[in-house]
Amino acid sequence: MKDFILKRMAAIILPFICVYGFYVILHGHVSPGGSFAGGIIVGLSLIAYSTIYGIAKGRAKLPEKVLVWTESYGTLWYGLMGMVGIVKGVPFLANKLAGVNLGNPGTLSSGGLISLIGFGVGIRVASTMVTLFFTMMEE
Amino acid sequence: MRIRSFLLLLLALPVIYGVLIAVAELPPYGMPDNPVHNQVSERYISDALDDTGVLNMVTAIVLDYRAYDTMFETIVLFTATLAVVITLKTRKGEGER
Repeated sequence: MKDFILKRMAAIILPFICVYGFYVILHGHVSPGGSFAGGIIVGLSLIAYSTIYGIAKGRAKLPEKVLVWTESYGTLWYGLMGMVGIVKGVPFLANKLAGVNLGNPGTLSSGGLISLIGFGVGIRVASTMVTLFFTMMEE
Repeated sequence: MRIRSFLLLLLALPVIYGVLIAVAELPPYGMPDNPVHNQVSERYISDALDDTGVLNMVTAIVLDYRAYDTMFETIVLFTATLAVVITLKTRKGEGER
């Protein structure tokens, strides 16, 4: 697209949208929102970037290697966090039972494994959105 | 043909009657003493903060109580992406890796 105003506006707004998405992912356990909603916001900021500036520039920002990596290891990261329970001798994906320090409710470090799992799910959802978009647009 | 559809209507009428009876027996929407408000939701509301240390109860349920469900949800996302990429990806992009 060759619209100057659209490009300038996107250059101003899109970084804030992307950072806001990561904020929603990382604060999923203390405020409304969560990993799924935040992942969608991050993915949509990248989709809007490659819609406005062209697929080639979007591809340059997010190479296929990165997408394949996040796509493959997001779920593995989830399983790895679940293995913490098994290492401690309690069921799979246990959080309080595994003796993880739950912290002070309301602070960013509370929740034990929940914030780590949520970060993995958020990255996973974002990479799914972007991969589907790129695959369908390049056809 | 017309006789056959008439017979099918005759067969469908008892089913419709049964479904309407079942709908009439449903509890009114949103009442506090409905059967859906049982000890499970009470347990979540009262113990979620102690069990998980998380203020957002939806996150507590999705990522702690129902962690298995969310894990296989991410696997569903992975499978969907895999299917789309396998179906749509052409050989042209193969050299870019």
